[in-house]
Amino acid sequence: MASIIAVAFDATAPWQLNNQVSLRDESFGALAYHHGTRRLVFLKSRELVDVVRRLAEFESAEAALDALVPEDQRGRYLTALASLARSEVLRGR
Amino acid sequence: MGAESSLRNRFERGLAAPICLTWELTYACNLACTHCLSSSGRRDPNELTTEEAKALIDEIAAMQIFYVNMGGGEPMMRRDFFELIEHAVERHVGVKFSTNGTRIDGAAARRLSSIDYLDIQISIDGVDAATSDRVRGVGSYDSARRAMDNLKSADFGQFKISVVMTKDSIEQLDEFERLAAHYGAELRLTRLRPSGRGVDTWQELHPTLEQNRRLYKWLLARPNVLTGDSFFHLSALGESLSGLNLCGAGRVVCLIDPVGEVYACPFVIHDEFRAGNVRAAGFRDVWQNSELFRSLREPGNAGACTSCGSYDACRGGCMAAKFFTGLEMSDPDPECVFGHGEEALAAKRVTLRPTPSPNHSRRIPVAISAR
Repeated sequence: MASIIAVAFDATAPWQLNNQVSLRDESFGALAYHHGTRRLVFLKSRELVDVVRRLAEFESAEAALDALVPEDQRGRYLTALASLARSEVLRGR
Repeated sequence: MGAESSLRNRFERGLAAPICLTWELTYACNLACTHCLSSSGRRDPNELTTEEAKALIDEIAAMQIFYVNMGGGEPMMRRDFFELIEHAVERHVGVKFSTNGTRIDGAAARRLSSIDYLDIQISIDGVDAATSDRVRGVGSYDSARRAMDNLKSADFGQFKISVVMTKDSIEQLDEFERLAAHYGAELRLTRLRPSGRGVDTWQELHPTLEQNRRLYKWLLARPNVLTGDSFFHLSALGESLSGLNLCGAGRVVCLIDPVGEVYACPFVIHDEFRAGNVRAAGFRDVWQNSELFRSLREPGNAGACTSCGSYDACRGGCMAAKFFTGLEMSDPDPECVFGHGEEALAAKRVTLRPTPSPNHSRRIPVAISAR
């Protein structure tokens, strides 16, 4: 549900998969389940799943996208990561 | 949020493991609700042993099924109930269990409060004893409210109040919302199915088309009210309700019964929808290889709904609702919002309604007491 306080996603900050979240690979991407909020989230491509799993290796979300994603698709990935941060699938570190 | 159509198509072809697995722990129940989906009452002597149940939990964990909906019967009537839920939670399998609340006294409430990743759903079918007890039995409403009070006193946190929508309870939507707010609870409304003992009572209890239209509008305005994706047949009225809006049977959901039989969904405990037994080669084998599940994952046929412009919204409705009212899978849902289901039912010259295959109803009526 939309939160009242909109938190902007800071792509220059370091992020990682929340340790309260389990990821299960599926043919379309992955299912993510947050054990705390009990929310289920769909990751709609395998490439996005790969980025999410590897975020912790990079000093910022931007650096991860530079390394893993074609330039012309960065916008889509940023939107997806922002949405995952809002649902607490990702957390800052 | 309604799932977009490409994702929904993927779901209809099935997943590596269910999103939502329901496991009825026992057929034993100290109530005898007239709409019981599993025709529960008497324990089955062949129910999974503690060791078998733990092995199943281990397999569920290995398949990365994130949480299990446990029910019954009354799950708390199993003597190993706490042992099993603790075994699950230790393996990071979240548990949500559905209970009539009769066994949640002060001590049980405190023990439940000490377990992480546990979600409790207490059932009532009216916002007052008179309405609820008509369906669930005399004394059941007061027991459920005592359970809610005990959970609140024990600081359990947020639990769920679960209500089946009958022609009576549907008139109390705002009061249910207030009751949930009083406890800081979440409200969960689900569809009355003509399954289990509901085969005999659905006709009398199900909401009218007009009531369903009001429910749809009420839910649309309240995306925080949970529905377990129950009312996707109402999405034909316009904007989709929140949820996946598809029949998940054998695709994203299934049911394991107390003796280990796997059925396509919680509403079709009937031989025709039995996919296999976990005692044979395990649950994973049934989920991945059962012929029934494979056929349910094939692209569907819109049947009589082909020419209806709303088929994409409601997908022809609920398989169980059709089956147990004597309709064909190619017919519209009996509660089709345009009345096509009622027409289809009226057009059947002889309606042969299936009876539940395993029936664990008590042979004599039960009197409800504190224990």
